Amino acid sequence: MTTDVIEQDSHDEHHDDHKMKGIKRWLYTTNHKDIGTLYLWFAFIMLLTGGALAMVIRAELFQPGLQIVEPDFFNQLTTVHGLIMVFGAIMPAFTGFANWMIPMMVGAPDMALPRMNNWSFWILPFAFAILLSSFFMESGAPNFGWTFYAPLSTTYSNGSTAFFVFAVHIMGISSIMGAINIVVTIMNMRAPGMTYMKMPLFVWTFFITAYLLIAVMPVLAGVVTMLLTDTYFGTSFFNAAGGGDPVLFQHIFWFFGHPEVYIMILPAFGIVSTIIPAFARKKLFGYSSMVYATASIAILSFLVWAHHMFTTGMPLFGELFFMYCTMLIAVPTGVKVFNWVATMWRGSMSFETPMLFSIAFVILFTIGGFSGLMLALTPVDFQYHDTYFVVAHFHYVLVTGSLFSIYAGAYFWLPKWTGHMYNESLAKWHFWCSLISVNLLFFPMHFLGLAGMPRRIPDYALQFADFNKWVSIGGFAFGLSQLIFLAVVIKCIKGGEKAPAKPWDGAEGLEWTVASPAPYHTFSTPPKIED
Amino acid sequence: MNKGDELQNTNDKDISANKQNSKVVKKLVLIVFGMFGFGFALVPLYDVFCDITGLNGKTSTTAATYNVEQVDTKRVVTVQFISRTAQGIPWKFEPMIREIKVHPGEVKIVKFYAKNESTRDIIGQAVPSVSPGLAAAYFQKIECFCFTQQPLKANEEVEMALQFYVDPELSEDIATITLSYTLYDVTGKVES
Repeated sequence: MTTDVIEQDSHDEHHDDHKMKGIKRWLYTTNHKDIGTLYLWFAFIMLLTGGALAMVIRAELFQPGLQIVEPDFFNQLTTVHGLIMVFGAIMPAFTGFANWMIPMMVGAPDMALPRMNNWSFWILPFAFAILLSSFFMESGAPNFGWTFYAPLSTTYSNGSTAFFVFAVHIMGISSIMGAINIVVTIMNMRAPGMTYMKMPLFVWTFFITAYLLIAVMPVLAGVVTMLLTDTYFGTSFFNAAGGGDPVLFQHIFWFFGHPEVYIMILPAFGIVSTIIPAFARKKLFGYSSMVYATASIAILSFLVWAHHMFTTGMPLFGELFFMYCTMLIAVPTGVKVFNWVATMWRGSMSFETPMLFSIAFVILFTIGGFSGLMLALTPVDFQYHDTYFVVAHFHYVLVTGSLFSIYAGAYFWLPKWTGHMYNESLAKWHFWCSLISVNLLFFPMHFLGLAGMPRRIPDYALQFADFNKWVSIGGFAFGLSQLIFLAVVIKCIKGGEKAPAKPWDGAEGLEWTVASPAPYHTFSTPPKIED
Repeated sequence: MNKGDELQNTNDKDISANKQNSKVVKKLVLIVFGMFGFGFALVPLYDVFCDITGLNGKTSTTAATYNVEQVDTKRVVTVQFISRTAQGIPWKFEPMIREIKVHPGEVKIVKFYAKNESTRDIIGQAVPSVSPGLAAAYFQKIECFCFTQQPLKANEEVEMALQFYVDPELSEDIATITLSYTLYDVTGKVES
């Protein structure tokens, strides 16, 4: 059966592989693998861009006092850093994974809507060109924080609001098109015999994430539209003078914003749930509980938004409601962590780089989850709110969580993508340098926050100087460590040990039944799924 | 089966797959537009929600009628007044009395002073907010300068009245109510 498929594919490839040469191949491509590659490279470039901004932030915070940048420019740096990392790095990277892997994992020849797929990628660079171009304008880039609270982004805007709004609109349209494509592919293109509960967990998490995107990205589009009309057309959605309410902005924004954080972590769960069984050489523990846990997290994510707003003067009942709902999310998340640990339990584990990143993910994401629980507690949140404790929390879940899972997935599938094994020892260097520096970078932030250092301020009191120095050193080291990854990937594309169809002996899934590198067209004839 | 039939078959398959895809796409696009609309629907929903629950310290924008049967003389509630001017309105604006003690149900009149300190005519709008938020529904304004816009010529000054009472139904837990007014410049908005 398996060999049949491979022969069929190489046969098809021989006839149908009409790819164009040069730049046109990438501009006009409707091939899911090409588009996946584009997304992944774009995300990596954005990661380096956003990272460069973070380096300037950390350089400024190396010492107390103002050294390098003006406070207003500092605000622009934190704002654009956040926007780029969320919308430019993490989300496109996951869409890249979805494009590359989902059709191969469900045995489909391509995504369901290949032309739309091309569009949804190619409008992204324009969105970020608009956003970044505002750095070079007189008024400067957005400086109101990536959460763009009104009235900072309306009444007190520096004039960049229109650029920001249109950039977000384009990013939103791109995400929505990508999500629609994922849902249609998964619903309609599965190979015969692949029932929903037989899909790899990776596919499940992207399926649920795509639904979240479809539900909340339009709300984001709505809220930025209101912002636009408030700023330029005299409406008063968020302006108290005209009968509006600035707190309403926070409600609508976080109604989008909280599901958004799960959009950035659920795919990570899927990647890690694919890798851990492969290197523990055991089946994933509790597959169906994983599916239900993912779905419950997605549903609960719509009921917790106001935990970002405990200090806005909500009545006690509201605070308690959102506190308990938030803590409830720890239950399905705990199920997941338990299942990953149980999968490793008594497995014959080996520690190749994808596994190292996955184990680091489980431990460090859990630390981020725990600090999230602390923030969920209304009484103590009044102390933590808007301090570096929050910064530490969301960097643990987004960097050592989402980003580490992206690295794990990239190493795991690089042999399938390039046809070569990556350089294992260089990859291990990348892992260990990243692991040590990322903790030096983010762990002391917990203490800084508890001691009262506010976030988004370019200066700080003297007693925070020592910790900030170490945090900055960790930051520079982490930034440089990511260049090792670039080196590994380039080396891997150029050459290296030839990868077999299935380089990891414990790996499961249809993607390993096709040759490495994956042929340009796979599964033109659907594979048969064994019971 | 000859080659032509096979081709016909694949074409049929493609067509039915396309149909199925567009069915799902249509539904999803509908959700997208629905959620876009939902974002805007949250605006009136929020107002209604705050109105019913009294969240967020929003007071009623219309005058209340006095219908208290008995003044609760056993309780005393402290009402504090705060004022601030929004960015860009060159007015002096402050309460003429900072704090007043009232029995629930008792009607009081307090005055606010405003002066246009600029050389142009400006229309101001005061927006009230009550803290704690849950007290907002029990702070009843019979007459308030915040119900209307206040035009002031250059250098003109005015004393503006607020007539209010505290509803005796106010929770026993609340002993102090703070009423804050923010004054906005709405000159441009009125003209347009």
